[in-house]
Amino acid sequence: MKSLQRLLTYSLLILTFLVSVFPFYWMLVIASHPTSEANKFPPNFIPGDLFITNVQTMLDQIDFAGALLNSVFVSTTVTIAQLFFCALAAFAFSRLQFKGKHFLFVFIIGTLMIPGQLGLVPSYMIMTRLDWINSFNALIVPGLVSAFGIFWIKQYMDTTLHPELVESARMDGCSNFQTFWRIALPTISPAMATLAILTFMYQWNDFLWPSIVLKDSAVHTIQIALRNLNKVYFRDVSVIMAGTFLATIPLLVVFVASSRYFISGITAGAVKG
Amino acid sequence: MNTPGESKLWHKQSFKDHVSAYLYLLPFFLIFGIFTLFPVFWSAYISFFSWDVLGTKKYIGFQNYIWLFTDDPKFWKSVLNTFSIWLMSTIPNLFLALVLANILNQRFIKGKKLFRLGVIIPNITSLVAVAVIFGSFFGYNYGLINYFLSELGLDKYDWGASYWGAQFAVAVMVIWRWTGYNAVIYLAALQSIPADLYEAARIDGASRTQQFFKITIPMIRPMIIFTVIMSTIGGMQLFVEPLIFSGPTGGPEGQTLTMVLYLYTEAFTNNNYGYASAIAWMLFLIILLFSMFNNFLTKKINSAQ
Repeated sequence: MKSLQRLLTYSLLILTFLVSVFPFYWMLVIASHPTSEANKFPPNFIPGDLFITNVQTMLDQIDFAGALLNSVFVSTTVTIAQLFFCALAAFAFSRLQFKGKHFLFVFIIGTLMIPGQLGLVPSYMIMTRLDWINSFNALIVPGLVSAFGIFWIKQYMDTTLHPELVESARMDGCSNFQTFWRIALPTISPAMATLAILTFMYQWNDFLWPSIVLKDSAVHTIQIALRNLNKVYFRDVSVIMAGTFLATIPLLVVFVASSRYFISGITAGAVKG
Repeated sequence: MNTPGESKLWHKQSFKDHVSAYLYLLPFFLIFGIFTLFPVFWSAYISFFSWDVLGTKKYIGFQNYIWLFTDDPKFWKSVLNTFSIWLMSTIPNLFLALVLANILNQRFIKGKKLFRLGVIIPNITSLVAVAVIFGSFFGYNYGLINYFLSELGLDKYDWGASYWGAQFAVAVMVIWRWTGYNAVIYLAALQSIPADLYEAARIDGASRTQQFFKITIPMIRPMIIFTVIMSTIGGMQLFVEPLIFSGPTGGPEGQTLTMVLYLYTEAFTNNNYGYASAIAWMLFLIILLFSMFNNFLTKKINSAQ
């Protein structure tokens, strides 16, 4: 009875695992066959040997490397900026006293409720006036700092950064910024790691805003390039899948390498949320 | 929160501390003010105009809103679609996540880390990739799903063209992407339940089902509420999946035209800035009303406890 239950549990778990991972495998299968093969019944479930050929066709159709580089550039810049500015603001909330502190913090949390699409049209107009259409500024500048990041780091700093440590740093003549840079930053590295992963992934996968402000293909991020591949060459499934597969790999690698932080990150966030 | 001793230490803060604190907060308020707050108010203003891309701008008062309410079946369709896809995805998603978390919480399971990693990987995949793959799964002629249907001796189904089929396909994408994520959140909650609670229940002769409903569910209720709220916010803003699965119009009959997709199409395909801004504000109001309703419901559930 007990072993039957275990068998059932394991089967269910393995089934879920397969369903989660299968689409990635399927991407590879289609990407390694000619498109004619994808349009055939019964489908072939084993990867073929045309992956490189399909990748080459894909590379002829979109500037894959360029789009990938654009994505890396934008995501990295935004992530670094957010870590710095969010930690700085969090430090002020967590360890400095000033007038209106409580009110400002509540205000920042409140801003999380505003749906991003509400100001979509005016934001686009602002970008037009600033002449930031087709410029990475349109993606980077609004993302320099976020309410979520401030909240996230502040919560962590409250419990881990001891007031005595901060006080003694000041006694030793550290300025506020030196205290932040030398004492606070090193102690909050786990929270920073989680914020880095979350920000990077969000930025990498963002679609709506980049698709509006990045019209020129030279500045397309990888998501927009993939979408165009899909739109223009929709008959060529193998080529599309080759591109999609190739674009998924970097993020998968980053994710698997840092999954420990990510999983502890989302669960910690959930506990507080 | 500051402890009393801590705030005493900081009582001797100087004027300089005030200045640096405000300086540290300045980037956020500057960026937020220019790129979020200002656009939000501006979009309220724009919603009172008839305004297209060429700059023809005419004040029309509440006309955009009146049109939305009385003369735009497409808008109401998009509201209905958003809610129906949200329902179709959220209920199975959260239910499956709970089952999965329970399984992963069993003590005898080996290779937990691998399974956990496996189920959460869909969540990091880009939406564009998800929509492309599932588009191929749900294809009419050579889609994988139709292949299995025909193997079972059933007729092929035109997922993209039918009303429920297209919505179902989009819902499946959402379920696939979020179930593992929610399961990991539930798992964390399950692991924080003290084991002696179950022990005591077992001694009192409670069955596994009774334990589940009397201990597990009440203990992880805050987490369930959290996931419901997150899925609601996400569901109301659904956009990329329907766009790539059935195009900017949401399919031949607009089956998957969601509120945000409609907003996007009106603004950036049809260049009706004024009308799009009115849609944005309606979207905001609907989300607000819905969250208030959610809030009311969770308060009810909590007080019934």
